[in-house]
Amino acid sequence: MPNSRSNKARSGRLRLRALQVLVLVLLVVIWHVLTSPTLLPPIYFAEANQAAFFFGEPVKVFARLWQWFVSGEIYEHLWVTLVETLLAFLIGTVSGVVIGLWLALSPTASAVLDPYIKAVNAMPRVILAPIFFVWFGLGIASKVALGVTLVFFIVFFNVYQGVREVSPVVLANARMLGASPRQLLRHVYVPSAMSWVFASLHNSVGLAFVGAVVGEYLGSAKGVGYLIHQAEGFFDMNTVVAGIVLLTAFALLLDWAVGLAERRLMVWQPRSIETERT
Amino acid sequence: MTPVLALERISCTFLSRDDASERYTAVDDTTLLIGEGEFVSVVGPTGCGKTTLLNVAAGLLKPSTGTVTVLGRSLGGINTRAGYMFQTEALMPWRNTLENVVAGLEFRGVAREEALERGDAWLKRVGLSGFGKRYPHQLSGGMRKRVALAQMLILNPQILLMDEPFSALDVQTRQLMENELLELWSADRKSVVFITHDLEEAISLSDRVVVLSAGPASHPIGDYAIDLPRPRDVAEIRLTPHFIEIHAKIWRAMKEEVLKGYAQQQKQ
Repeated sequence: MPNSRSNKARSGRLRLRALQVLVLVLLVVIWHVLTSPTLLPPIYFAEANQAAFFFGEPVKVFARLWQWFVSGEIYEHLWVTLVETLLAFLIGTVSGVVIGLWLALSPTASAVLDPYIKAVNAMPRVILAPIFFVWFGLGIASKVALGVTLVFFIVFFNVYQGVREVSPVVLANARMLGASPRQLLRHVYVPSAMSWVFASLHNSVGLAFVGAVVGEYLGSAKGVGYLIHQAEGFFDMNTVVAGIVLLTAFALLLDWAVGLAERRLMVWQPRSIETERT
Repeated sequence: MTPVLALERISCTFLSRDDASERYTAVDDTTLLIGEGEFVSVVGPTGCGKTTLLNVAAGLLKPSTGTVTVLGRSLGGINTRAGYMFQTEALMPWRNTLENVVAGLEFRGVAREEALERGDAWLKRVGLSGFGKRYPHQLSGGMRKRVALAQMLILNPQILLMDEPFSALDVQTRQLMENELLELWSADRKSVVFITHDLEEAISLSDRVVVLSAGPASHPIGDYAIDLPRPRDVAEIRLTPHFIEIHAKIWRAMKEEVLKGYAQQQKQ
């Protein structure tokens, strides 16, 4: 009875979603109760409205988000931040894949460069932001550069590892079947490294946002990071939190897109097998 | 008659990566000649360098000393006249069954349409028509071996190198596959080097069985012609008196080496 089975699976999924939403609602309610100046007597703070000062109030946060979108003033900033993030993500990923493949396949180059790669990776790279401002100005380019330095290494190390982990038997088999070095790259190394790349992309989506927002925070005239920075200047915690919520939502959206691409491209991967529960 | 594949005075010594003074000689002074259309099995205790010898024949490994000659020509790189069937999983997991089978044709630049047509025909020959769209992880162990067999045979190699290809299968599936291999082989007798540690499998399949000594520095210690009639059924032929006679004869020579190989492994 495939129908009842799929119904069961669907109702299970619905229940899970309901529980997930419940957690969110619960958190927002707790937040609201603890920060509202009128609902509870101050537990920790000396004055009733101090909790709201430090943590913002959910109702005002959502009002701020609503006002941003209704008035349209957010689109300009959101656009800048998203462009920075996507550019950092794309440039960082592509360069990470290309250089990762190159170094993994040429032992000499990787042996020579090894200490330098380790050094640059260990360096707290957000520190580079001021240098990038000098080089690329206060516009989009400096934020993209910062994001690229963060994304690149994640992808690079995963590709490097992925190529190293290629099954030697699969490789030998492809060679016996007549694959040229170029064909080995295209038909063995790259597909084998892809599962590692996708694992790294989930991490690097967040870091691309970090690069963009931190860059905006340190110096810019546009972007969600800039809005957050400005609001902080006025101790406007509601706007700060609204900015954080907005960034989180878009980071999730981008992560979901990566997951979608992954499921599309990685159909060959075995998934854990689930037995039917009755 | 000149041999199709000639391994002459092959020695393979491996250096330890950490300590250059530590060396291990897997194969020592081994000569193996394979005639046209001949099915030769190489048996020996585990760890005696059988796979090393096969990798040398495939051109995947350069011997320390000795020469490899294929159809009268000295072997430089990969042995393009040979197909190789590996002991472990060698299919590309990101390609489905049909794409795996046609991989060799694709690498050789055969037109896509023709390649797919021939791939379909081969899937049919190994009993997997209708499974072309499945990925390797969706197939059973025996089915994956069939795909590997088709992947190798579609290129029509003159020499088949097989490294314990059926050792991971259960006994019934294994005998089925052995019979299928014999049937495919009898259609256009290629030269086969079949590596196994299973003497019964070796005798039931081969024209000739070569016994290697236990490692290190293993070398052939016996060469037995198998004069069992063909076509054979690998399950039935094991019960004939002549088979048992041959088995007893080779086993007497092999037993000591197997015990030595076992002792070697215990030491490690």
